[in-house]
Parts: sequence; C-alpha cells; structure tokens
Amino acid sequence: MNPEKVVFGFFILLAATLNFGFCLGDFDNPAHHQPFELFAAIVVNLIATVLKLGDRTQLGAVMLSTSLVADVGLIAAAIAWAVGVWGTGEGMTPAVLGSVLSWASGALFANIVSVILLIVETVLMRR
Amino acid sequence: MSPAAFLILRRMRAPLLFLICAYAVAVGGLVLMPGPDVEGIPKHMSFFHAFYVISYTATTIGFGEVPYPFSDAQRMWTTLSIYLTVVAWLYGIGTIIALLQDPAYRQVRTSHRFARDVRRLRDRFYLVCGFGDTGSLLVRALTDRGKRAVAIDVDPQRINVLAVQDYDSYVPGLCGDAAVPENLIAGGLRSPRCTAVVALTNDDQVNLTIAIAGKLLHPQMQVISRASTLDAAINMASFDTDYIINPFQSFADHLALALRSPSTWLLHEWLTGVPNATLTEPRYPPHGTWIVCGYGRFGKAIVRQLRREGMSVVIVEADPARTGCDACVHGRGTEEETLAEAGVFGAAGIVAGTDNDANNLSIVMTARAMNPELFVVIRQNRHANDALFQAAGVDLVMHVSEILVHEIIALITAPSLSRFLTRIRKQGKAWTNELLARISAVTEELVPEIWEIRIGDRQARAVMRALAAGKPVAVGNLLNDPHDRAQMLPCIPLMLSRGDHAQLLPSDVARVEIGDHLLFCGKTAAVSAMEWTLQNDKVLHYLLTGREMPETWVWQWIDRRLARHGRGN
Repeated sequence: MNPEKVVFGFFILLAATLNFGFCLGDFDNPAHHQPFELFAAIVVNLIATVLKLGDRTQLGAVMLSTSLVADVGLIAAAIAWAVGVWGTGEGMTPAVLGSVLSWASGALFANIVSVILLIVETVLMRR
Repeated sequence: MSPAAFLILRRMRAPLLFLICAYAVAVGGLVLMPGPDVEGIPKHMSFFHAFYVISYTATTIGFGEVPYPFSDAQRMWTTLSIYLTVVAWLYGIGTIIALLQDPAYRQVRTSHRFARDVRRLRDRFYLVCGFGDTGSLLVRALTDRGKRAVAIDVDPQRINVLAVQDYDSYVPGLCGDAAVPENLIAGGLRSPRCTAVVALTNDDQVNLTIAIAGKLLHPQMQVISRASTLDAAINMASFDTDYIINPFQSFADHLALALRSPSTWLLHEWLTGVPNATLTEPRYPPHGTWIVCGYGRFGKAIVRQLRREGMSVVIVEADPARTGCDACVHGRGTEEETLAEAGVFGAAGIVAGTDNDANNLSIVMTARAMNPELFVVIRQNRHANDALFQAAGVDLVMHVSEILVHEIIALITAPSLSRFLTRIRKQGKAWTNELLARISAVTEELVPEIWEIRIGDRQARAVMRALAAGKPVAVGNLLNDPHDRAQMLPCIPLMLSRGDHAQLLPSDVARVEIGDHLLFCGKTAAVSAMEWTLQNDKVLHYLLTGREMPETWVWQWIDRRLARHGRGN
C-alpha cells in the first residue's frame, strides 16, 4: 500500500463529495445550502490541488488542470455569495443562490472528471 | 514547464498545505465563535467577514474589529489565529527564499537558461568546449569577427570569467563536463545553426569524446579537436575528425617558419590576425648558433626544426636526466653562469622556451643584458601575461594559445584560407614580399579582412544568372567598384579554387565558373560592396558593360536597337 496514493485519493474523493453535498438540495432554498459546506469544499479542493503539484506525468498534468478548474468554480461561488449578500446588501435572494449554485455545480463537474481520472490511473497501474 | 518551476512546486507543497490548513482553521474557528451584533443578540460571524479579518490579521496589517466589536471568545480565537497564520506565512516565504539560494536549484536554473539562450540564437554559431587560455582567445577572436560562440567548461571559475567579458555579442556559457553528451546537446550540438564544434580541453580523452559526439549527433558539422599525443590524434583521425591540432607541433612549425622564411610567416600572421588591427613589422632572425632553454615537448620540437634549418644548437636544461638530453648545459638559463657557459656572447639568437612565463622573461632579460645584439624568441604560456611580454620588447613572441587560435580561425572562417596558407609555403621570397607589399598598400597598414565566396545560388545570384545567360564574368569584374567602374575595390583575389585545382593570385581576366570558390583579402568596406555586385543584376550588368540596365520594356527595346545599331557601324 502506498500512503501517498491513500492521501491523494482521499482528498480528491473528499473534494468531490463535499462539493456534491453543497450542491445537493432545492435550487431555491437557502436553508439547503450551508456556507460551512462551501467553505469545507474550498479548503479541501485547495489541498487536493497542492497535492497534485509537481507531478510530471501527462495524467498528473490533466488532474492538476481539472483541480484548478474546480478551485476556480468554487472560489467564484464564494465570491458570488459574498458580493450578493454583503457587497450589494440584498441578502440571499433566489438570484444570488442560483448564481452560487451554478458556479458550484460547474466545479462539481470538474471534480467528477478528477475522480474518473483517478479511477483510470488506478486501473492502469494494476498493482 | 521548466525544471526549475517543477522544483519550486515540489518544495512548496508542504508550506502551501500548511498555509491552507492554517487559514481554514482560523477562518472556521472565527465563524464558530459566538459574537454579539449591533443589538447585542449573539450571532455568528459570516464566512466573508471571517476571511476578511483573517486576511488582514495573517498579513499583519490589522484593521481592527469588524463588522462589530468582538466578543471575548472571538478575541481569544483571533489571538490564536495571529500566531498560527503568521507562522504559516513565514514558513512559506522562508522556504521560497531558501530555495532560491539552494545550489541545486541555481544549477538547474542556470543550465536551463543556458539551453534556452542557445536555442534562441538565430545566427550560425560555434560551440567551443574548454574555456581556458586557448578557448577564451578563440571566443574573443570569433566575436571580434562578428561571429557567435557558445562556451562549455568544467571549471565554474572560468565560466564566471566568461560572464564578465565585454564581447561584441552575447556568449552563452555552461559550467559542465563537455564529455557528457547532454551538456553538448544543451550547447546546441544538434542545432542546424551549429557550424562547428571545437574541442580545446586539456584532456585528450574528453576531446575524443566531444569529437565522437559531434560526428555521431551532427555529421554535417565541422569537428576540430586538439590532441596532445600522437595516439589521440590517430584515434581521432580514424573517425574522420575534420581537423586535429597538436599544440606542440603547431608551435614548432610556426617557429620554424618564422626562422626559415620570415616573410611567409608574416603573411601567415597578417592573414589570420584580427581584422583592422595594425600590421606587424617583419623581423629577420639571423643564422648562427642558437641557444634553446628548456628541452620539454616544445623544446624538442624546436631543436629538431632549428637543426633541420642547419643551425647549430646549444641546449640549456635544468633536468637533463628526465628530459633525455645527453649533451646540454645544466641549468635553468636564468643565471648568468649558465648562459655564459652556453656561449651567449657568441650566439646569434636565443629561444626561451620553458613552460614558465616568469622564467622565460628572466632568461630573456639576463641574456639581453649580457649580449644586446641577441635575437630573442620567447614562448608565452599564459594569455594573462600579455602586458609583460609586450613590455619586454623581444623580437618574436610565440604565444602558444594564439597560434592555435589563428590556425582554428583560418579553418573555420574561410576553409580555403588554410589551403592557401599551405600553398604559400612553396612560393619564393620575391613572390611573398610582393604580396606583402600589395596587401599593406591596399589596406593602408591594417590587418586585412578575409572572405570567401562560392559562385552558387545563395551567395552569388546575379553572377549565376549572368553565367546562365551566357555572359562571361571575369575575376576583374568583381573587383570593380559598383559606384564607379573605373575604380577598383580595395581588395586582392588570393586564390581561385575549382575542384582540386587552385590558382594563386588569379589575374583579372581569369573567368569565373559555377561552383568556383574565390578567396579575397582587403578592407572591410570591400566585403559589402562586393556582395552587392554578386547579388544585384543591375550592378553586375553595369560592371560588365559599363551601361545602366534599362528597367522598362520601352527602354529595353531602345537599348536593344541601339546595341544593334552600334554593331552595324
């Protein structure tokens, strides 16, 4: 068992699940989407990105790019939230929530690709 | 991505992870801490505000307590966060600074930068392996002639020296073992713009490896290598190394030439010198008894050559047993007694040929004091001692590295030149003296520029077209000034080579044919003027006929009519 692979897989899967957890719920109900979930998703995604740095393989480069896409999506969601609630002072309107969830869902897609790539790599390794 | 960037990313993993975790803990904790709002109702801080507060706290900016005054619980957590996040930043910045000063990182970065600089060279260049005395002189000679060079040396000190030289063009330098093919490839060995590789290291084995790598990785390229032993020279010749240079042999040949036929030697010097420097004056060594100090590899070669010229030679050697010298004066030659014993008062000349510059200078000064009439030849080993040797005012300074550099320059700048220099050795004194006088008149006492042209598509389009149209072109046509046909360009045609046949100093009426190589020497201005003639149809037409070429159809028609009319008369 390679401890590096364990940590790596753990963070990638955790990033995807947290992201999924945040997006899960009604699209217009703020009570279904807690800020804590978004915060945790961002932190875990950033950690997953750093873990992928310095990998010279082709697959490693693609995984790094998907991870960066997920980061961009989630951070954009957080900015949309902060601007919507605090920047304009409107509070959590359905429009703001829709924007936040759109960004986060985009990130979720990138995270799913990350997980698929992880599975591909595992299958290719056969050890 | 560059290897340096990879190294940074790898090393920065831990600090970045620590920074992210520190921020996560600090922000998360601050949100969880209960705090009152304006009305005093206990409420949690939002993530936005928590991130804002931690951001300015972690970077030690500190704006105060927003959006409302903190509760004590929040203050406690902020205190903790300050220590945690500030340490995280210090750790991250400290790692980056340590990495930038890391020798391994610097090595990666400099070799990466070197390879990039070499890739970006847009002109043809020469790869010089070994930046010692000879290598640095060669690079200087190349850049003085407007050519590009790349240097590799194993000694970091020498590469540092390279970096502070004021060359006319930028010379990328790599500190690395030239025997490692990877370093040679980084130096552009495989690049189509790499014209020649010159192996000048002190180690024959390394030179051999460079020559093999050059022949295998870039077969069209010229490979010039230094070999100090016959064994290495034969080995290099076995796989078609283009030129093999033995410093000891070259030195002795040169000295012999200087003693035997000073004018040929002088012509040699002029044609291989740095263009537009002042011409050196001829010196005529006397015949008689010669004293040679030092009987090492150089000394032996010199004595052999002197004896071949029919001179009687007295050898002065400090260690006769080791050098295998049976009849010689024992001593270094720096003392008056030794020189007196060698017969300095009746001698015609002296050669200070030891491998120590200080001893050589000492020999010369002692000998000169004893016999001011003495013709003095001195061997210079280190380029750095130039000022001393110039001040010594001797008749002939034989600088080993400079001789090698002249030889290499002749080989790589104009391939015909070395052929020409071999041929002039067979010419008589009168012929050589006349050529010397012509050169010095044409260039006004300056070292001439040497250039070679090939009558081919790329270098002489106009001449090719004229020849294809059946118009004969003579050497003299190329020598005329494109501005005024009656004037001659300040240059001399040295040699016309056609296949294996070569004509020295071709006459003005000699016809030029496709595939010919022409070697010229003359003033720098003549080079570009001649280029004009070679490439521009109108200029060549003017030089051939003395008339401007009509450009439009109407004038071409009139021109043809006039020509026919003229013939009719």
